[in-house]
Amino acid sequence: MSATGIGAAVRRKEDIRFITGKGQYTDDVTRPGETRAVFVRSPHARAKIKSIDTSAAKKMPGVVAVLTGAELAADKVGNLICGWMITSKDGSPMKMAPHPALAAETVNHVGDAVAVVIAETQAQARDAAEKVKVDYQVLPSVTDAAKAKSGPQIHEVAPKNTIYEWALGDAKAVDAAFAAAKHVTKLDIVNNRLIPNAIEPRVALAEYDSGNDALTLWNTSQNPHVARLVISAFVGIAPEHKLRVIAPDVGGGFGSKIFIYPEEVVCLWAARKVNRPVKWTAERSESFLTDAHGRDHVTHAELALDENGKMLALRAHTIANLGAYMSTFSSCVPTYLYATLMSGQYAIPQIYCEVDAVYTNTVPVDALRGAGRPEATFVVERLVEVAARQMGIEPTELRKRNFVKSFPHQTPVIMAYDAGDYHASLKKALELADVKGFNKRKRESVRHGKLRGLGFSTYIEACGIAPSQAVGSLGCGVGLWESAEVRVNPTGSVEVLTGCHAHGQGHETTFAQVVSERLGIPIENIAIVHGDTDKVQFGMGTYGSRSGAVGISALVKALDKVEAKAKKVASHVLEAAEADIEFKDGKFTVAGTDKSAAWGDITLQAYVAHKLPWQDVEPGLSEGAFYDPANFTFPAGCHICEVEVDAETGKTEIVNWTAVDDFGTVINPMIVEGQVHGGVAHGIGQALLEHAVYDKDGQLVAGSYMDYAMPHAHDLPSFKVETTETKSPSNPLGIKGCGEAGAIASPAAVINAITDAIGTEELTMPATANVVWSAIQRAQPARQAAAE
Amino acid sequence: MPAVSMTVNGKAVTGDVEARTLLVQFLRETLRLTGTHVGCDTSQCGACVVHIDGIAAKACTTLALQCEGGKITTIEGLAEPGGSLHPMQEAFRENHGLQCGYCTPGMIMAALDIVRRKGNDLDEHTIRAQLDGNICRCTGYHNIVKAIAAGAKTMGKGGPTRQAAE
Repeated sequence: MSATGIGAAVRRKEDIRFITGKGQYTDDVTRPGETRAVFVRSPHARAKIKSIDTSAAKKMPGVVAVLTGAELAADKVGNLICGWMITSKDGSPMKMAPHPALAAETVNHVGDAVAVVIAETQAQARDAAEKVKVDYQVLPSVTDAAKAKSGPQIHEVAPKNTIYEWALGDAKAVDAAFAAAKHVTKLDIVNNRLIPNAIEPRVALAEYDSGNDALTLWNTSQNPHVARLVISAFVGIAPEHKLRVIAPDVGGGFGSKIFIYPEEVVCLWAARKVNRPVKWTAERSESFLTDAHGRDHVTHAELALDENGKMLALRAHTIANLGAYMSTFSSCVPTYLYATLMSGQYAIPQIYCEVDAVYTNTVPVDALRGAGRPEATFVVERLVEVAARQMGIEPTELRKRNFVKSFPHQTPVIMAYDAGDYHASLKKALELADVKGFNKRKRESVRHGKLRGLGFSTYIEACGIAPSQAVGSLGCGVGLWESAEVRVNPTGSVEVLTGCHAHGQGHETTFAQVVSERLGIPIENIAIVHGDTDKVQFGMGTYGSRSGAVGISALVKALDKVEAKAKKVASHVLEAAEADIEFKDGKFTVAGTDKSAAWGDITLQAYVAHKLPWQDVEPGLSEGAFYDPANFTFPAGCHICEVEVDAETGKTEIVNWTAVDDFGTVINPMIVEGQVHGGVAHGIGQALLEHAVYDKDGQLVAGSYMDYAMPHAHDLPSFKVETTETKSPSNPLGIKGCGEAGAIASPAAVINAITDAIGTEELTMPATANVVWSAIQRAQPARQAAAE
Repeated sequence: MPAVSMTVNGKAVTGDVEARTLLVQFLRETLRLTGTHVGCDTSQCGACVVHIDGIAAKACTTLALQCEGGKITTIEGLAEPGGSLHPMQEAFRENHGLQCGYCTPGMIMAALDIVRRKGNDLDEHTIRAQLDGNICRCTGYHNIVKAIAAGAKTMGKGGPTRQAAE
């Protein structure tokens, strides 16, 4: 391993600009003549817009324009779309309701935008927005997923507010297995609604170039090319070749910056209308009301086992709240990213999962770190832990009896696991967490009046999203390959253009490590370029832990081509047969001779072309590749959470966290550990703190950092993080992906630990002090009765 | 509009501001010092932390006019004029204490204030408790805590110029 190659904990190249305040985030970009946009938003969960009076706002100082949904409709700006078709059990397509970027007739959630004020300054725009008079006729609303079907119908296309009723698996076979089972564990689960809260709020800055009739959008996006495609092909703002989307430094995404949002559409439309740049920067309270939320499932799940704890079948019914409109990829999250993971790490012969997706008068729900897989893992890992406790089998023992042991393994829910060693990660985690010493620690806790619990989560996820043919056959509107272009300069330095996008993942370092190892050149001589549709030809962006498994695989393919071309050039320079040219550590040699040439000599020769016969070899050294993965990848591992609970107050403290993950090949262990830390923190946040609470009138009660409990430093422990390794056979370097694992694994581990400590399974997330204390109180009479 | 004068990163600056202009707006929009960020509207995320007369403050809840005659240090003012990084900046990079980088300037400025108040030998509990005013969504804080402990230690070994930002 070289000091900067694959496997080295290289310090990040991008950090210098971030730690010196020289990052370039979207809000840091300004354009000459820039105006500011402020949106007028619905204060009601559901209402008819009777009229909008903009006359007073238009007279306010500095106002350039006040635009409404009616004008947007008159200009025939298209609706926002959901790009993944899900088909119901009865064969009918999902019910996608119109989603205009500015509502013209009805508003369907608090925060739904009805007008935009464009002014010289932010303060002037805000002042004027307060003068826009909207006359609403308030309509009854529904926010609770479980009540959606019986609530007032929100969209004409969707009776009973039902988007689809979808199912995966063999219901009859599952029923038969349950009928024959010795033990059945049943759980009712609410997977709490979360708000993504990347610390950088969303921003859109649009500029119109009338000379070329072209638009540029600077945007907080995880996938600028997808944004351009949707805005061109569906919203119809400008054709693709007349729209440039730039996503510069982006301050965290977690899924929420994948989607195409109304604000960016409106800024583009308005920029052309007022013929000046228009910038919108979300305030945090707007982020709460407009960034796509995550999770929000209500589930009943059952696991059937035989007398030895062998799993026979699993079934689940889930109501998934998709909010007021279908966000860009919302439909696939509770279906193909959820039910397909219901087999966990286990050989479960039969699985059946039904999912009803519903509209409610809440912010749209879409992918959030893990997206479907945390929900699936929570169902499976809670069922397994509770089954073990009910059957009197050690939870780890029950898991071991059911682990998938041979690969490839075809689950009953689409996925074909290609590699893994679940015993290895469990064994390592048990040692690292000193599970043997737990009973002693528990006794110590009891001595100082605390309850102590241990919880496991042996999770699996499907990442490396995704094989295009596979997702296409399941309804996805796009292919999920990735592209890379390697441009070698005459002096030998290299620019890599990738269709992935970094918003914290450190691609400028990890992608460069792969190039450094392959070409034998210093990491300083490599630049990674991303996030600009004028530079990178096309790409699918970063989400689903895909940049390593898919993006780096594309880079490896492009490097293969670069090496082949460079060898061709070297054969002419060194006057040898191409087959005799060897390339290692940045040096070309002729096999069996002492003739050699350095990397920089050959790259220069590729461009001066003095020794290249034009009939045989083109000048230049620049190659591109598209990589479409053969399969998903299957990162898996074991997380162990140890908690201490104060029974008097219900306050939970996480005293020990152990993560052992199998991510396949690791490019940079420092970065991988950081991804696990962040993911686990996100999952602990879900388990203990975070909850997007709506009141019965559809007001988001948890609408600021004062009400929505983000994990702070003092809420979290330090983490023990290690890895095991089975390489993914589905991509050239054996990478599996690491960005979501922590968020997927951790909620179940936390709740398993707390329920172990307090001795009752009746516990909902977030397990705040109040929730835990109440659970303890509810359980006490039952416990006393049992004792008597 | 009233004029305001202050010293920012050692340079005297003046500007015309509205009475309601926040310090962070003055820094970002008037002076184009965009390293100081805004992450919330309730003074809780800490992405906007700067030093006013040597003490950490949230620039999103400070009026520019309140800083008349004050000495402001932002993230851009930490590195030596020659470009060598402040030990706390170094520590964040060395310990992978940042991912997306958005909260980082505020974290570093808050970290220096922790060192000012609590000294160079910081235990984990102290750092975690003192970071109550700063939110990070990427790192899970693990490496931020490590970075602050390491940076504080290095600052303790340095001369008086490395003691604090000002």
